[in-house]
Amino acid sequence: MDAERASALRQIFVRAIGGVALAALVMGGAAACKQDEGGSGSNDAGAKVCDLKIGFFGALSGADAGLVTPGKQAADMAIKQYNAEHGDCKVSLQEYDSQGKPELSGGLATSAVNDAKVVAMVGPAFSGESETANPTFQQAGLPVISQSATRPSLSEQGWAIFHRGVGNDFSQGPAAATYIKGLNPAKVFVVDDQSAYGAGLADEVKKALGPLVTASDKATDNQQDFSAIVTKVTSSGATALFYGGYTEEASPFLKQLRQANWKGTFVGGDGIYDANMLSVTGNADVEGAVATCPCAPATEAKGTFVADFQKEYNAPPGVYADVAYDVTKIFLEAIGEGKSTRADIQAFLTSYGKPGAATGVTYKWTDKGELDPAQVRVWAYVAKNGQWAPDKEIPKA
Amino acid sequence: MQFNDLINGFPVLTVTGLTQGAIYALVALGYTLVYGVLRLINFAHSDVFMIGTFGAIWTWSAFGFDANSPRPSLGEALGLIALAIVVAALLCGFFAMLVEVTAYRPLRARNAPPLAFLITAIGASFVLSEGMGAFTNRRQFGVPAMLPTDPVVNLGGWSLTPLQISTLVVAVVAMVALDWFVRRTRFGRGIRAVAQDSNTAALMGVNKNRVILLVFLIGGLMAGVAAVMSDMKAASTRFNVGFLIGLKAFAAAVLGGIGNLRGAALGGILLGLVENYGSAVFGTNFRDFIGFLVLILLLMFRPTGLLGESLGRARA
Repeated sequence: MDAERASALRQIFVRAIGGVALAALVMGGAAACKQDEGGSGSNDAGAKVCDLKIGFFGALSGADAGLVTPGKQAADMAIKQYNAEHGDCKVSLQEYDSQGKPELSGGLATSAVNDAKVVAMVGPAFSGESETANPTFQQAGLPVISQSATRPSLSEQGWAIFHRGVGNDFSQGPAAATYIKGLNPAKVFVVDDQSAYGAGLADEVKKALGPLVTASDKATDNQQDFSAIVTKVTSSGATALFYGGYTEEASPFLKQLRQANWKGTFVGGDGIYDANMLSVTGNADVEGAVATCPCAPATEAKGTFVADFQKEYNAPPGVYADVAYDVTKIFLEAIGEGKSTRADIQAFLTSYGKPGAATGVTYKWTDKGELDPAQVRVWAYVAKNGQWAPDKEIPKA
Repeated sequence: MQFNDLINGFPVLTVTGLTQGAIYALVALGYTLVYGVLRLINFAHSDVFMIGTFGAIWTWSAFGFDANSPRPSLGEALGLIALAIVVAALLCGFFAMLVEVTAYRPLRARNAPPLAFLITAIGASFVLSEGMGAFTNRRQFGVPAMLPTDPVVNLGGWSLTPLQISTLVVAVVAMVALDWFVRRTRFGRGIRAVAQDSNTAALMGVNKNRVILLVFLIGGLMAGVAAVMSDMKAASTRFNVGFLIGLKAFAAAVLGGIGNLRGAALGGILLGLVENYGSAVFGTNFRDFIGFLVLILLLMFRPTGLLGESLGRARA
């Protein structure tokens, strides 16, 4: 009897709480919608608009931060240089730390478009988070240039706001295959992490290598134990392995391959071209691993970029720093010319066609937002003594 | 389907599966002990394990070993591993008890409904993993190389590396010691008494809260041992490694019969093997699918798991 009454009471309580929660949800949703309308409104033409923000979207913390932080530093530097010349009308960088996770990107994208001061976005840095965030940016008309999202299909989604500051996997995949062929392997094993980026890249490599690929397997996000794949690789007799994915899984995978005494060459895409791959795997085991990247060595960038970066951060520029610097400068150039709305900057990008100060690449986009293919260069980097050493520019097949 | 991979790699898959299974089993013991005594699934246990993986790395780095260090001599390595096991086990034991004292004991004192325990369990799990995530900046940490990688036993296709041997030996020693402790000691009798009937046990003079604290401590110690072994096997760790391994270990505990110590050990090893064989045949993307499919199929026919629930019924 007592228990029954208690349970009935509990039911009422739960219902009441549920009702309140539902009401809060509905009201919250309505508020969000209202903000949305305000956010996309444009400012008065003619008047000089200051304190605009450029967003920076990507993994600034987490296991893959090593791929994104150098770009953030370079963007900070570009803004600092701009503000030094435009003291009366400054621009700031607003960071959106996605940790590289698509599931966090939707919320971050919404908060970015709701901030009317954010008129342009550098990023999202990865392909997976781009797939989640770009539809929101498209809806709000917020122009983005990604310095490193290389999945080809990103430009096929009808997002007018999407621009890529680098080549896509259609250029990187065949180049990685050309490099692997140059190693004269008898057999090649291909593994990907089933992410938007990793699977896309691995497919391109497989296509270009053809019958050289004797076996393949798939890793999963957050995987720690690679026993089964390692066994397959060692028993397959492959002397080269291509991994499509990021450092987070590539590093333990490579280390477990070495623990099993596999001696072949480990080749990955730009997803493993970061400092964490070296420090987490350890110099001894990472030695000789190869990363391809649709980016020229940032340390060989043009102009004063390398010296400026060194002076600012007391370290050489890391991966994609030069690209992030150039694309931030493009946005700053637009703002400097008085483009103060998202729509104006979008129009500015459409007709852009100048070479970047750091990369020397001419930033001219196709109507889908792809960089002119003639501009894309892919480099191979080899891990040597705990550093990524530029090996060579891979010739176009 | 690639049965060739299974046939060619069978010895290696078996050994690596046993090694991974031993780690699952050690973690599973923590779930099963707490469930046996409190009828509570301690979701925070996976994150206690995660703290252990960091404890080992911190111990090694205190002696100047990081991912870039050269491999120490065998004697030195064994000493460092033993020390890491002690530190990680104590750290895990401490955090496991901390979870009990902060997240569960106050609720028991107020006769909270079971749902409240579930919520605090999940809450404690998030506090630990996200706290560590914020503390370590969500970075990934490499594990220093410890044991030599060349196999020491080589018979036909069967080979064992020093790491695999030490993992299996340590796991077996830990499990046998625990089994003996629960079956043969006065403390063990207390644990079994509370598991059977906590009110009657209390009337017989067993201090219930002390027994429960002891159970959390033992679970934590086992997780700490598993954490060191997992560190060396996986070669890296980060704040969220607990989630997947915790899920697997929990599944292993259910597979063997939750509340049953020997069942947890059996379930862990079985899960490790099935996953490995399944990955070889269907591809590693099916690894978790196969592991959990086996769990569901088995529970359809044996709802109480392989060995049944019996922490309380175990007799000395």
